[in-house]
Amino acid sequence: MNILCAGISHHSTPVEVREKFAVGAHDMSSTLGGLCQIDGLAGAVVVSTCNRVEFYAASVCPIRVLDGLRSFLRDRTGEVDAPLYTHESPQSIRHLFRVVSGLDSMVLGETEILGQIKQAYAVAAECGSTTRHLNKLFQHAFRVAKQVRSETQITRGATSVGSVAVELAGKIFGDLAGRKVMILGAGDTSERTARSMVSRGVRTVIVANRTFERAANLANEIGGMAVHFDHWPNTFDDVDILICSTAAPHPIVTREKLEPLLRGRDGRPLFIIDLAVPRDVDASVNELDDVYLYDIDSLEEIIRQSLEVRRAEIVRCEQMIDHHVGDFVSWMRHHAESRP
Amino acid sequence: MGNYLLVTATFIFLLGFSYTLYALGAGQFRPGRVNLAAMLVGFVLLSAELWQRGQVERGCPINSLFDVLIFMSWSIVLIYLLIGSAYRLSLLGSFTSALVLFILLFAQLVPMGRAPSHPVARDPWIEFHAALSLIAYGAFALAALAGLMYLLQDRQLKMRKGGALLYNLPPITDLAVANARLVWLGFGLLTISFVAGLISGMPVNTLKFWASAGIWAIYGLMLGLRKIHSLPPRRVAMLSIAVFAIALLALPAIQYLSTAR
Repeated sequence: MNILCAGISHHSTPVEVREKFAVGAHDMSSTLGGLCQIDGLAGAVVVSTCNRVEFYAASVCPIRVLDGLRSFLRDRTGEVDAPLYTHESPQSIRHLFRVVSGLDSMVLGETEILGQIKQAYAVAAECGSTTRHLNKLFQHAFRVAKQVRSETQITRGATSVGSVAVELAGKIFGDLAGRKVMILGAGDTSERTARSMVSRGVRTVIVANRTFERAANLANEIGGMAVHFDHWPNTFDDVDILICSTAAPHPIVTREKLEPLLRGRDGRPLFIIDLAVPRDVDASVNELDDVYLYDIDSLEEIIRQSLEVRRAEIVRCEQMIDHHVGDFVSWMRHHAESRP
Repeated sequence: MGNYLLVTATFIFLLGFSYTLYALGAGQFRPGRVNLAAMLVGFVLLSAELWQRGQVERGCPINSLFDVLIFMSWSIVLIYLLIGSAYRLSLLGSFTSALVLFILLFAQLVPMGRAPSHPVARDPWIEFHAALSLIAYGAFALAALAGLMYLLQDRQLKMRKGGALLYNLPPITDLAVANARLVWLGFGLLTISFVAGLISGMPVNTLKFWASAGIWAIYGLMLGLRKIHSLPPRRVAMLSIAVFAIALLALPAIQYLSTAR
């Protein structure tokens, strides 16, 4: 028995091509049914995400199955030839283990792919298109992903401005539930950052923007409250997190302006995220007790560090994966004679 | 046998602390488990050591500086296991291991009298007072460690550099809460121990009494100022480290002067 993997991914295929081969949830079942009609194919699992479309198949004659798969895809996409990469055992096994561990992802070490592959496998199992070898392979892949995630730092740190902000807020406040956020300047990045905070349980969001209507729209979208820009200091009392991204040419939050607002906070920390260029917050604000100021450069520096840490872990991850590939190949040899 | 128990306990704390350092360095640190196991085993060994010395001295074994240091180590671990671990503060156990290891090594490597300094009158109130005082110092020690972790995390956040320490230390708000509550606990225990000392009728006009009263007053003042909001968490953290360090450094001197008298 051989495990065949054929697919396209963000590494070599642009999104305009990938989208032609994407398999949505609504036609997954029929696609799996069609694949199982291919001569020589014992079972199949289809992984279709925004970054990749991959077909995993169990077969004793991979060349024939590959021809059948190309023909199937041509029929499905209206005569478009898929620029497929293909792997057979053991490379196909290594490839799946790398993919499921996030080593092949656009953002190294991202964890969403594990859930997506689990979902793809569950659908295939439900449709009855998996075989003993594929079942064993995917179960083993999930164990590999778990081990790689827990024993290395491949998922360490955050890799977007929003997630770094949430992570830092966690290091300041612990639980974000019940915290209060103020947005000064309703830009796209501040909106995304605020949404990340809301998804982690932030209680109240106050939006202040030079154009009140835009503030009101954003507040409405994320369930917050809009205030006139000039009135932001009046509503600052219980704010825990301040997100700034105005287009002001000079700092609008200065030490002199902030110090009186901090009196009576009883040492409660204030986390300021300054996403604006030129900066909205005077750098000396970071010298105040219990105030933690992060500008766009410091957030990007943390992202860079996280990716560096992750890259440094690739060798360890590959070693773990090699070990598991060896184990799985042994299992396949041992069960070569048994029925699929 | 007693000596073996102490050496083994020291070795266990060393192992727990070394493992944490290794795991942090290798990026494999996971809070709990290994260090907690080391603390539990170390606590059992220290308890056995104290029990044996208690059998020999026929009372609570805190009659020499060596005894006091061992008992304080035991108290620190006791407070960590009873209270500190409830906060689930990552790395607090490791910091505790390091402090206990330091005190145990100091007690064993620096030459000091181990035998009771003078025949001791066995009054249960005095023994309760002495034991509870040292348990209170265990709470102050843990408060100092939480304070140290607060200052480290504060520095990490102010530096804006990220890094392993930032990710592994607990949230700064949790550290501030733990720091203040542990000072409250130590202060409460020390107050009870003073009451027990007064009930016992022991002489109060001694150097030891005034030194302890001074430390009690400083902690009380710190809590009072915190309560009326004029002392921010950062200052509480700094003071809890400073006052505990003074108490720890003053202890041998006070013990020596008391013995000399």
